[in-house]
Amino acid sequence: MTLDQLPPGQSGVLDIVGGEGALRRRLLDMGLTPGTRVTVRKVAPMGDPIELFLRGYVLTIRKDDAANITLKKGPER
Amino acid sequence: MGYLIALAGNQNCGKTTLFNALTGSNQHVGNFPGVTVEKKEGKILKQKDMSLVDLPGIYSLSPYTSEEVVTRDFILKEHPDAIINIVDATNIERNLYLSLQLMELNIPMVIALNMMDEVRASGNSIDVAKLSAHLSIPVIPISASKKEGISDLTAAVVKTVKSKTPPVKLDFCTGELHRTIHSIAHIIEDHAQAAGYPPRFAATKMVEGDEPMKNALKLTDEELHIIDHLVHDMENALGTDREAALADMRYNYIEKICSDCVFKHQETREQVRSEKIDRILTHKYLGIPIFLLIMLLVFWLTFTVLGAPLQELMDRGINALSDVVSGFMEQAGVSTWLHSLVIDGIFAGVGSVLSFLPIIVLLFFFLSLLEDSGYMARVAFVMDKLLRKIGLSGRSFVPMLIGFGCSVPAIMATRTLSSDRDRKMTIVLTPFMSCSAKLPIYGMITMAFFPHHAGLVMISLYVLGMVVAVLSGLLLKSTVFRGNPVPFVMELPAYRLPAPTSVLLHMWEKAKDFIRKAFTVIFIGTIVIWFLQSFDWSLNNVANSDASILASIGRFIAPIFIPLGFNDWRASTALLSGITAKESVKSTFAVLTGATSDAALSSVLNTIFSPLSAISFLTFTILYMPCIAAFAATRRELGSMRAALATVLYQTGVAYLVGMLVYQIGRLVVGG
Repeated sequence: MTLDQLPPGQSGVLDIVGGEGALRRRLLDMGLTPGTRVTVRKVAPMGDPIELFLRGYVLTIRKDDAANITLKKGPER
Repeated sequence: MGYLIALAGNQNCGKTTLFNALTGSNQHVGNFPGVTVEKKEGKILKQKDMSLVDLPGIYSLSPYTSEEVVTRDFILKEHPDAIINIVDATNIERNLYLSLQLMELNIPMVIALNMMDEVRASGNSIDVAKLSAHLSIPVIPISASKKEGISDLTAAVVKTVKSKTPPVKLDFCTGELHRTIHSIAHIIEDHAQAAGYPPRFAATKMVEGDEPMKNALKLTDEELHIIDHLVHDMENALGTDREAALADMRYNYIEKICSDCVFKHQETREQVRSEKIDRILTHKYLGIPIFLLIMLLVFWLTFTVLGAPLQELMDRGINALSDVVSGFMEQAGVSTWLHSLVIDGIFAGVGSVLSFLPIIVLLFFFLSLLEDSGYMARVAFVMDKLLRKIGLSGRSFVPMLIGFGCSVPAIMATRTLSSDRDRKMTIVLTPFMSCSAKLPIYGMITMAFFPHHAGLVMISLYVLGMVVAVLSGLLLKSTVFRGNPVPFVMELPAYRLPAPTSVLLHMWEKAKDFIRKAFTVIFIGTIVIWFLQSFDWSLNNVANSDASILASIGRFIAPIFIPLGFNDWRASTALLSGITAKESVKSTFAVLTGATSDAALSSVLNTIFSPLSAISFLTFTILYMPCIAAFAATRRELGSMRAALATVLYQTGVAYLVGMLVYQIGRLVVGG
């Protein structure tokens, strides 16, 4: 399952942060590293981007980019 | 000799507030060389020999945005004597990520742990002494907005600067990565020292695959080969790639420190409050209407309630001054041309531009309230999907909206955009938003030709401007501004009450900036236009402007507009004078036609235009190059005269093309 598919209000643990170049670098720099717990807070009024909560702060990214991030399977830690 | 100190930190962590608290109002604003990134410098209060430079707010030292490059270059090339790294205590994990990178630069450093008041108020705590011990550098708890801990911070900075001790080398990496960094550091040590980089920092950057570092070190092919091999082995051993490995390592180390020193039982009150506010402000259905209402309110207050009376007051003041000077010059018996230059040229020209000052200051007052409170980030969040279609991000929406009021503050507002590409593209597109100074022109034409459909014509004109902006965006996206759009990965900071000093200083800076411009570029521009309007080719002062150089240029270029359906020197001269200020299109028409009333003007206009060519004239007017004040702002923000000229040429070209299309297609339809 990828991060963009996570419904608002639910959380998951990141597995692989995909994508490439500057964007991926930025996602990693902002703390979206493997093993991080992320909650999807809401979706913007027009359906994109999405609002995330991680490491004690709020971050927004686009759905296309969230689709490159996979979540760990199985029961919640 | 004085000391140079750099202030570095994430965005939204109170950096500007701290800079103001440390320096007072003793600061000046410039640009970093070669880029349009603002550089603020000031002397630390009571420490005359210490100058502080406010570096752009960044999240990392990877060289992807111009802000990051500026910060990195500044620290590596200017060799500041110390770094003050401001860290938001309510968001400590992500803030320390930059701290770890700054520490690798081998420069004495102090951490200012900001917003400690919020941490305490919500019942959380941070063991500052332990944190300082872990990081091996001084950590000073402060609250920049309440001015708590500022003198402790200054004392710590003075001590650190004088001791000249860089952070003790940190080994926050373990295992395979640790070995790789050290092996590479060993190989490149001589190259790094020759290029002026700390070897440890250079090695980390080589592991990350950082291109600028690779080029700067001038390594031999053999050395590069060995390094690639080392990194490759590391990737295999760790089962992850080089970039993820380093980010992961830093965050793991931070998590370890935080679990030992940070005691967070709950979110801070500000964070809880923000979530509640956002339930309304970014609500699925209410979010967009509320945003439009807020902007409407800002416009109404700026342009009507507060701006109009202030502008009139300013106008009256300038006129009174102009009368005094005029009387004085007449008494002194100066020649008529000098009198005309000062009164009709400088006072009329610079004065009409200066009367915009209240509006600009007001607009920036509201904008900095919206920006500093954290709402601007929400606007970008709500509007991103729309703007993305034309290759921009949500952040460009606000400057474009301000464009409906006045292009000058709109272009100045592009400063808030983090990406250079987005900023340039927004500057090119913003003038297509029909500014308020063009309203008198629309009024003049609709009264003469479409008195019963004025509203419809006006709305169509605004829509036309927006449609052209969208099409232009699509065109530019796939031609000039092809590059990579900067990824839209943006923090939504907690809502906070803006600090009054920050807002006031911001307003003052914009006002200064605008006044400086009014007395340089615009001053010269108005003198040139006055000269062209007042003299003929043999440099005789003309009584009536229809014999002036400007009029003869107007006559010369008039045929250019034949494809647009009008060929009249008065129309082309009016368009030329519109370059000084759009309001003067109407006044030029009045002067050149000798019409003394609006009704008389209407009947003359009917001899110049047909209804169809009146529409193509309006079309050209909305889209062609903005006024000289907006041009000056464009030049300043783009940082290059050539780029600014290319921009206005493009805008004028688009105006011509669309005007021609409107006329020619219209002719086919109406059969005229």
